[in-house]
Parts: sequence; C-alpha cells; structure tokens
Amino acid sequence: MPRRATAVVAVLAAMTLAAGACSSTKPTGGGTASGAPSSAAPVSQTKFFNQADFDRQMAQRTIAPQGDPSTPWLQMIQPTMVDTSKYAKPGKKWHLCFSNAGLSNPWRVNGMTTMKAEVKLHPEISDFTVVDAESKDDKQISDLADLQTKNCDALIVAPNTTDALTPAVDRACQAGLPVVVFDRGVTTNCPVTFVHPIGGYAFGAADAEFIAQQVGRGGKVLALRILPGVDVLENRWAGAKVVFDKAGVNVVGVEFNNADPAKAKNIVSDYLQRFPDLKGVWLDAGFASIATVEAFQDAGKPPPALTGEDEQDFLELWKKDKLNAIASTYPTYQWRTAVIAATDILSGKQVPKEWVLPQPVITSDTLDQWLVPGMPPLFYSGCGCQKMPGFPKDWGGK
Amino acid sequence: MTTDELTTAVPTAAAPDRLRRLRSVPPIWLVLAVALAVIIWRDPSFAEPPSLMAFLKRCAPLLVAALGELFVIVSGEFDLSIGALMTACVVVAARVGDGDPTRTWWVIPLLLGLGVVVGLVNGLVTTLLRVPSFIATLGSMLVLNGATFLWTGGSPTGALADNLRRVGRSGITGLPVIGQLPWAVLVFVVVAVGATLLLHRTRFGHQVFAVGGGVRAATLSGVDVWRTRTAAFVLSALSAVIAAILLAGFAGLSQDAGAGYEFQAITTVVLAGAVLGGGRGSTVATVGGALTLQALFTLLNIFGYPKPLRDTAEGLLIIAAGAYTAYRARRSG
Repeated sequence: MPRRATAVVAVLAAMTLAAGACSSTKPTGGGTASGAPSSAAPVSQTKFFNQADFDRQMAQRTIAPQGDPSTPWLQMIQPTMVDTSKYAKPGKKWHLCFSNAGLSNPWRVNGMTTMKAEVKLHPEISDFTVVDAESKDDKQISDLADLQTKNCDALIVAPNTTDALTPAVDRACQAGLPVVVFDRGVTTNCPVTFVHPIGGYAFGAADAEFIAQQVGRGGKVLALRILPGVDVLENRWAGAKVVFDKAGVNVVGVEFNNADPAKAKNIVSDYLQRFPDLKGVWLDAGFASIATVEAFQDAGKPPPALTGEDEQDFLELWKKDKLNAIASTYPTYQWRTAVIAATDILSGKQVPKEWVLPQPVITSDTLDQWLVPGMPPLFYSGCGCQKMPGFPKDWGGK
Repeated sequence: MTTDELTTAVPTAAAPDRLRRLRSVPPIWLVLAVALAVIIWRDPSFAEPPSLMAFLKRCAPLLVAALGELFVIVSGEFDLSIGALMTACVVVAARVGDGDPTRTWWVIPLLLGLGVVVGLVNGLVTTLLRVPSFIATLGSMLVLNGATFLWTGGSPTGALADNLRRVGRSGITGLPVIGQLPWAVLVFVVVAVGATLLLHRTRFGHQVFAVGGGVRAATLSGVDVWRTRTAAFVLSALSAVIAAILLAGFAGLSQDAGAGYEFQAITTVVLAGAVLGGGRGSTVATVGGALTLQALFTLLNIFGYPKPLRDTAEGLLIIAAGAYTAYRARRSG
C-alpha cells in the first residue's frame, strides 16, 4: 500500500511559524495512514509514530538505490514502476505547470532556482508556468483550479499542507492531467508519481544514532526542535526517540525554538547552566545548529556533538571549527526530480508510483564533498545543481 | 523613582500625598519580582550573577526597541514598523558587509541612516499627510518586509562581520562575581539613561508628553506638534537599529530576525503602564516591562509550555495591563 507521508522540510517550520499568524490552515498530521504495526513495537503507536513506516524507512536507508550514484536525483529506492503511455505526448512542445506552496524559506528558494535550471535543460518544454501559493492553502486550491484552464500538459504540485490540498489535487487528476507531487504529500493515490526522499524517521534516527554513539549510555543530550505538530518534524523526533531510548541516552530536555535563532541560543545557554556536562544536542533541522554551537562557545565550552543539515553556513562552520557533527539532508534535488518525472511521463516512460529518493547523510569524512566554496550562507548543497548551467551565479554564489 | 517620571505632563498633578506616591509605583516591578522568584524556585542556578547577566543580555534588544517605541506611544502614536526595520538592518548588514570586518565602520552609520530615513518617513506621513500612524507604520512595515524579500529573494546572502557581532555576542570578561559584563548590557544601560534624561528631563521630553496628552492644548501652548512627533518616530527607528545590531550579534543572520518585535515592544510599553493614545509612560517602568516580559517567557519556557501558550499569555498580559492602567487612570481622575 502506498502511503502518503507528508514530507515537509524542516526549515519550512520556520515559515509555518513566521506565517503562523496569517496562514489559513495549520499543517496537520495526516501522514500515518495505512499499514498495520509489524513487529512488537517498543514504542506505542501514536498520531506521529507508525511502526510500519518507521521499519520501512529504516530498511530503505540501507538499500542501495537503483541508478547512477553520481546523479542521485535520478536514483530510486524500491520502485514499483507504472505505465504512463496514456499521458504520452511525443513530438510536441510541452507546457509544464507548477503549483508551488510558497517561497517562504531559503530551502524553497534554493529548490525553485534548481527547478528552473532543470526546466532549461529540456528543450521540449516550451512553457513553464509557476504559481506561488504564498504558503496559503486557500490560494493553492484556487491556483490549482486556475491551472486547469491554462492548457497544461502536466502539473507539478508541491502541496502546502497535506489534508487541505488532497481534494484539490484529486480534482486536477480528474481533469485528465498527469500530476506529479513532491516534497509534502497528499492522501490520494491519483498523482502519477509522488517524489520524496526517504523520510522523517530515517532522518531523525540517522542523526540520533551518531549522537548516541558520541555521548554513550547515560550521556546527557538536549533535543532542540522547531515546533510541535508538524508531522515530518514529529516523525524526525519520533525516529530519534526510538534510537535514544534503545541506546540508553539521557535526554535531559526536549525544547522548541519556534524557528527563532535567538530563542534557540537562549535555550541551549540555559541548559548548559543547568547541565554543565551536556554532551550532545540533537536538532530536528539545521536551522538552529549554528546558534547551538555559538551558545557553547559563548559559554567558553567546546561545541557538543550535534546535528545539522546541508546549509552552507553550517557546513563552513563545521569545517572551520572541526565540529563533531552529522547532517541528515532533505535534499533540494527533489525539485529537479519532479521536473524529470513530468518529462518522463509526457514521453511515455515508466515512472515509479512512489519515487523514493536517497537521503544522504553528511559526516566529517564526506564534508569536503558537500562544501562548495563561495556560496551564500543559506545555500543548500544537496541541490544536485553544481554542474548545471548558470551555477554558481544563479544560486547566489561567486 | 519620583512621580514626575511616571505621570502625565500636566504640571498641576504635582504635590502628591503619600498614598498617591505609593500607588504610582508601577505594579510591573511587583510582577517582575514574582516572576523572578518563581524562576529561581524552579531553577536556583538562575540567581547566580553570571545567569542574571545572561538574562539581561538577552533582554537587551527588546529593551532598546521598547524604549524607542515608548517615545512614539507617549506622543500618542504607534510604530508597527520596528520589527521589519530590524530584519532589514540584519539582512542589509550581512549583504553589504559581507563578513568583512573592515566594512563595519561604515555599515553601522549606514544602518543608522536607514533608521533615520524610515523614522522620518513614518513621522512625516503621520504628521503632514495626516495618515493615522497605525496605517502609516503598517504600510512601512509591509514595504520594508517586501523590499527585504525582493532584495534577498527569500534567502539572505553575505555574512555578519565578527566585529559587528561582538557588541551583541561578547563582553568584558574576567570580572569578579559576574564573570562577564556583556557589551549588550552596557549598551542598554546607556540607551536607558539617555532615554530617561531625554524623556523626563528635557524640554523635548515635556513636549512629547504634551503632544500625547492633547494635540490642541500642546499646539496652543506653543509646541511644534509635527516636529515633536516626527522626532519621536526617528528615535523609535534609531532604537530599532541599535536593537537590530544587538540581535544580529546575539543570534546571527536570519531572514526573519526582527519578526514580532513591534508587538513585543508595544506589549512591553503597555505592561509598563503607558497609555495608548499618549501622554503617559515612563522609561524606568519600560525597563521593568521588558525584564518582566522576558522573565515570563523564561518562565513559560521552564515549564515547557509551547509557543501558542506564550502568545496567549502575552495577549492576556496586555489586556490585564491595559485594564489596570485604565483603572488607575479612572481612580486618579
């Protein structure tokens, strides 16, 4: 059973919060849909923990993805291919349409840049229409309706929230358009393919395994999260918690920084005061990693074992201060994959029903491969864009 | 603390009796004392001098921003643009400074210049074009936020130079008892003393109170209303710039660094007993208000309450403070 886990990048939470006051709908947990609990679960099933999904993601981490490792945006894990011949429109110029949830954070800005560059690589795409929902569900619902009158040949959707956009995506499918969904999911089966990296459980668990190993049994760890209630962030924490519980790590606190770096720094400083022997900080997103390091440095202590993501500023600090860190990524190359999936469908090539992309983890050993000098602080190096035309300038680099 | 720091510009309110004097002590200090006591009860390490210094350091940006906002509110207006201005300052400092310490000497004046321009526009649109300040500064908030977004494309570039960040991040180290005296604390002491002298001890300060107490009366007694209010807006914007530099130092580059600061600053000023509509307010109480707000946030944090509850608490506090101020105004006639 394909399951539609919503996949929200962590940094998105920053936007959710920033836009919290004016956004129409809150992200809700709609991710844990189907699948009976498999093994004797050590952790109870909750709204944000589904044992079957957890087990599957943990397994997918170790499966070698199909395809060339040098082009991870083309790789796929455990694909079930579906026939797309009925959508094929060979020998014609295509009009590709994209309904974007928003450009509310640097991750999405980076992804959009990458996507535009990918479109340029396909001469058969004559028109590329992008509508920005400005992080509002109601706007995206009407955007999707509008796009159906625009003679699109294929529709890419990056949903703002799962539950609110599902009916709108259903209607787009009924109009006969091939639909590609990526990033966060929807709970309908109608899109031709759903592109997403492995998922939140694997993300959180991979980071937690490193932290647990660094601090040892009984070692004190602070879990610093962005905000509660967003399913992929909840999944990351749920995944980490399983690992921490199993390893006997002493999680001294679980705090929310509300996507405010000042608050993140305050929280870490407070914990350092209360627990001078705090050894590790697990973060659900790279957003507050630098603030965490600074809180330790400003307190005159060496930085702890911590987690981050593939933002340029964190990778640079990692290298400069030789941090003891790990970084699960939620790669922006999925924005490329969405376009490629659409062109595959219009060419009549088979695509996986669920296009599960690899979810690389950066370690101190692989750091140098990820660090691209001269890029702006909020560049995401998991864009797979380093060899695209226009790089590095279009991504703000020198 | 004396009564003339606290009350209105109306000089006939002088000659207070003992009871009146007691009642005019802002209750904010009591609230602060209770909040601090509960924090220390939950977390005794908070009472250690280095912790208290760290607490003051994290209060500094809000304190400075609120003191600027106080001038505008006492003069009878609002400034909703300071959060957006703070964000713009952080983003501009990173982009034009590009992490180069040699540029800091002109980056700071540039930011202050930006503050003067924003303050002048807010003030002149309010006074000369007679646009209500709520609308005028809401407009400049949207303009600044939009311009910042356009300029950065949603992803700030550049970096903040180390020497620019030092003010908000480090301090004088190796001191006895407190360990480190953060620069941010020194900055806010200087700003607080300066604001107190300016608002409560100068002719300009009296004019600010007079304008807020009643435009017509102020005009008739020879106060240049538009000039006074415009100056208040400029002071507010300049405070926001200083707050932004402290915040940038403390927390680093972020595309929504100053988000929400306008409301926190207004909350602070209202908590401190200022009257929206003008004519009443005190710098010393505003310092108390900022410390109280931050203490309450710390408290909610210690109890592990999430952000929505924090917002709810802030909202309830505003209402309670407003109700108390109104009650006090009625009692004192």
